[in-house]
Amino acid sequence: MSEVTSQKIPVTVLTGYLGAGKTTLLNRILSENHGKKYAVIVNEFGEIGIDNDLIIGADEEVFEMNNGCICCTVRGDLVRIMDGLMKRKGKFDAIIVETTGLADPAPVAQTFFVDEDVQKNARLDAVVTVADAKWLSDRLKDAPEAKNQIAFADVIVLNKTDLVNKGELAEVEARIRGINPYAKLHRTERCSVALADVLDRGAFDLDRILDIEPDFLEADDHDHDHDHHHHHGHDHHHHGHGLKHYHDEDMQSLSLKTDKPLDPNVFMPWLQNLVQVEGGKILRSKGILAFHDDDDRYVFQGVHMMLEGNHQRKWKEGEPRESRLVFIGRELPEEAIRKGFESCIVS
Amino acid sequence: MKEFTPAPDSASIVSVTDRVKPVKLGMAVTSVHFLGPRAAFVGGEENVAFVDAKGEVSTVAVHSGGILSTASDGKRLVMGGDDGKVVSLDTKGEVTLLATDPKRRWIDAVALHPDGAFAWSAGKVATVKSGKSEEKSLEVPSTVGGLAFAPKGLRLAIAHYNGATLWFPNMEGSAEFLPWAGSHHAVTFSPDNKFLVTAMHEPALHGWRLADNRHMRMTGYPGRVRSMSWSAGGKGLATSGADTVIIWPFGSKDGPMGKEPAMLAPLQARVAAVACHPKNDILAAGYSDGTVLMVRLEDGAEILVRRNGTPPVAAIAWNAKGTLLAFADENGDGGLLEL
Repeated sequence: MSEVTSQKIPVTVLTGYLGAGKTTLLNRILSENHGKKYAVIVNEFGEIGIDNDLIIGADEEVFEMNNGCICCTVRGDLVRIMDGLMKRKGKFDAIIVETTGLADPAPVAQTFFVDEDVQKNARLDAVVTVADAKWLSDRLKDAPEAKNQIAFADVIVLNKTDLVNKGELAEVEARIRGINPYAKLHRTERCSVALADVLDRGAFDLDRILDIEPDFLEADDHDHDHDHHHHHGHDHHHHGHGLKHYHDEDMQSLSLKTDKPLDPNVFMPWLQNLVQVEGGKILRSKGILAFHDDDDRYVFQGVHMMLEGNHQRKWKEGEPRESRLVFIGRELPEEAIRKGFESCIVS
Repeated sequence: MKEFTPAPDSASIVSVTDRVKPVKLGMAVTSVHFLGPRAAFVGGEENVAFVDAKGEVSTVAVHSGGILSTASDGKRLVMGGDDGKVVSLDTKGEVTLLATDPKRRWIDAVALHPDGAFAWSAGKVATVKSGKSEEKSLEVPSTVGGLAFAPKGLRLAIAHYNGATLWFPNMEGSAEFLPWAGSHHAVTFSPDNKFLVTAMHEPALHGWRLADNRHMRMTGYPGRVRSMSWSAGGKGLATSGADTVIIWPFGSKDGPMGKEPAMLAPLQARVAAVACHPKNDILAAGYSDGTVLMVRLEDGAEILVRRNGTPPVAAIAWNAKGTLLAFADENGDGGLLEL
């Protein structure tokens, strides 16, 4: 599977609320000397100052699939543009889709799940969300789009950190983590993030769903190693217990874990049914599963009602056979999900 | 036409593979059309390759980028590119610039009328140029997925999201919207002008009977329909998208409503391109495994034109007399068959 995946053209979805710095990041990606050629699908021509003949204007036309699934919306313009771009295969190495500040990332992501032809040629690499450190907290209160973009992200570039003090920064990070503790978070000024941290992430690659750990545990270690000279490093010493915890009222993540094996004959129908019924609320889902009488790890991931999963590899010797699931979504019926999950455990 | 009669007791399929003149184009191909005596293979980008009866290839540059859309009337090709240009190519190989999008937007769709009028679309706007009269444009609610001229009169069908629009470019306010939820791509009129059919983004066709706009749902495909071809006389619409050629009956006034389609030439591969013979009830079909078959509509009898084992067939066409068949796979390896 990896081999096939690697031949497909990676697609990075770049989201972020108005003014957060999407175009700055895009310009950096295009101007940096990395020897790669990008086809860029933008919603606004002319903002990009870089000469690139593969910049395509898009209209963000979302339509519902006629499959009875209310949240199965796809970007029709992307289907068309991908079709056209594939005629110029070999002229570019990767594709970046920039969305408008008000866009919901789901239809973009879903386009890469449901369209057969798009799927054949391209793979979704990651959803990268640029957030404005100064204004994000306010936007999370008044703009549902901004919240969606944070919840959906695999990578969050928290930009303009030079415009806030350390208390404000901690506050906005805690708010982000209250919604999505799993995305990789990078603090930047003028979007100066290493391109390797935003491109070629393989966030939707089943083979790379290695761990489902909240990102801040790792980020914390990172700070201890390198950031001691930064004054804000001090706050992080007590990260595990001292960090202010925000619980967003309507968007949250739910993590489930068990070291007992699951019954695939109960789990699969439960998961299918869960995303059918609650798929409108579930933005993203991921899981690594240990099934009863099965020496393979099973991994899955989903966007709203769409799921894809596969046996990934053999459990390693000594590796704890643990099942972990993560749901990020709006008004998740936590109790029902927990109960349902528990009923899948082999007793 | 005795070639089309398989020997009654023969266990294996009749083959004409040894009569095919191989064509090597060395470029990705997306469609083929006959211009005069020569086959014109349209590349994925930049070039069209003419192939004459001897199999000699001569290449003409038509666009400075991807070629997104092509229409032909047998006398010329009209093409739209991602360079924002609409160009035509005639039988002599002469290229004429017909229009340029002022914002250099992609030309997503083109159509050609038998009287020489042509149409193109960029984004939501469809434009028609007819003879010496001025260009006429119509903006539809969303990006145009496909264009087709009606067989009679100057009337254009524009496929888009949630339906199609019918428009007489010379009549102010004549746009008529035919709604149907979903994204509509290629569009075609039946040759008798009674039906309009679109290929949708989902694996289905949708049709309207134009007399009363009654809906016709044509579903059940495993894959998206990318190729449609009307049989001689317009009695059937042959389509790709399944592992058999699906032919919807349009011979009666109700079209395919309440009827089953014919399913011919099943293989362990997806039909990728179809072309009906212009005069006889025969079609040619190219498959995702590279196979090309000729199929008799009456009884499904098959003749092998090309074996499997190559990339998907991307282009297939008959000349106007039905004496030549041209085809090519996605990599530009193809052939010419003279009957």
